Amino acid sequence: MAGSDPLATETAGTPAAPDTVKILIAGGFGVGKTTMVGSVSEIAPLRTEEPLTVAGLGVDDLAGIEQKRATTVAMDFGRITISDELVLYLFGTPGQQRFWFMWNDLAVGALGAVVLIDVRRPESSFAAVDFFERRRIPFVVAVNGFEGHHPYPAEDIRESLALPEGIPVVLCDARRRESSRDVLIALLDLLIAAAVE
Amino acid sequence: MTDSDASGRLVRPFALTGGRTRPSRADFTLITTVTAVDPPPELAPRPQAEQSRILRRCARPVAVAELAALLDLPVSVVVIMLCDLLEAGLITAHPPRPVSPRTPDLDLLQKVREGLGRL
Ligand SMILES: Nc1nc2c(ncn2[C@@H]2O[C@H](COP(=O)(O)OP(=O)(O)OP(=O)(O)O)[C@@H](O)[C@H]2O)c(=O)[nH]1
Ligand SMILES: [Mg+2]
Repeated sequence: MAGSDPLATETAGTPAAPDTVKILIAGGFGVGKTTMVGSVSEIAPLRTEEPLTVAGLGVDDLAGIEQKRATTVAMDFGRITISDELVLYLFGTPGQQRFWFMWNDLAVGALGAVVLIDVRRPESSFAAVDFFERRRIPFVVAVNGFEGHHPYPAEDIRESLALPEGIPVVLCDARRRESSRDVLIALLDLLIAAAVE
Repeated sequence: MTDSDASGRLVRPFALTGGRTRPSRADFTLITTVTAVDPPPELAPRPQAEQSRILRRCARPVAVAELAALLDLPVSVVVIMLCDLLEAGLITAHPPRPVSPRTPDLDLLQKVREGLGRL
């Protein structure tokens, strides 16, 4: 009900806001998350920085914060306008492991996730695969070729990650728009297949 | 960057929120869109300078995360200011599409899929 709740009220004269959804681009440190967000986003990736005391520790009283170093955790994101009524946001999760507590918040309300893997060091994204598996958040694995080539077939990657059959593995080049788009489409196809089941 | 710069960056945003660090409403997610109410309600309090900056940025609907990035302020700080603006009736907030893995919204998923196909 609208009534007294201003959240539900849209006043005449105020332009109608589009619905929004989000997808996370996750993976280990430096695997190409920001690159993927940027290649497929209609805007250059935007960035917000959160003071760590606020983001992580739930400190109510920031008195004395001047004494501390300005430690921030950065998050970057891009946007894809689907239509006048629907906008998709892509959030690159902070890669460094010590910032992973942020992922919990980011994951709330996400359609799903892309776990990006650097083909030269797939182990750096093992923990990310774990994260989404444990929480039963739908995801696809995208293997970033880095030098633009793929020495291993997708099945080898699946095996090394001990991925269940149901989870798609897509070879990609995070720098290329069409390639990043195809990764997102693979995720949507997975979500749609699960929805019609 | 000097130490005083570093601390200044942190202190200033929280000064804007009267020392509060917690939003009074959990309604603002990163992808909640906010829009300035135009014209503003007659009885609304006069917005402060920083609030006016926000109102100008959301003359058209804008997501909270975008607003924070454009204003170069932490999301947590922007949310606190948005709470005040919402309470004052100066903005409206549009929540994101709810997503539930157990009851997926096929129509929504297909729209996103088609949109990506057009890229
Ligand atoms: N050659 C090559 N370089 C890439 C590719 N993808 C990313 N890079 C580069 O690798 C570096 C790291 O990429 P980012 O996109 O910043 O990685 P990230 O996952 O966002 O990194 P963090 O957020 O720090 O964890 C950057 O210098 C990119 O330009 C690729 O496919 N090929
Ligand atoms: Mg990054």
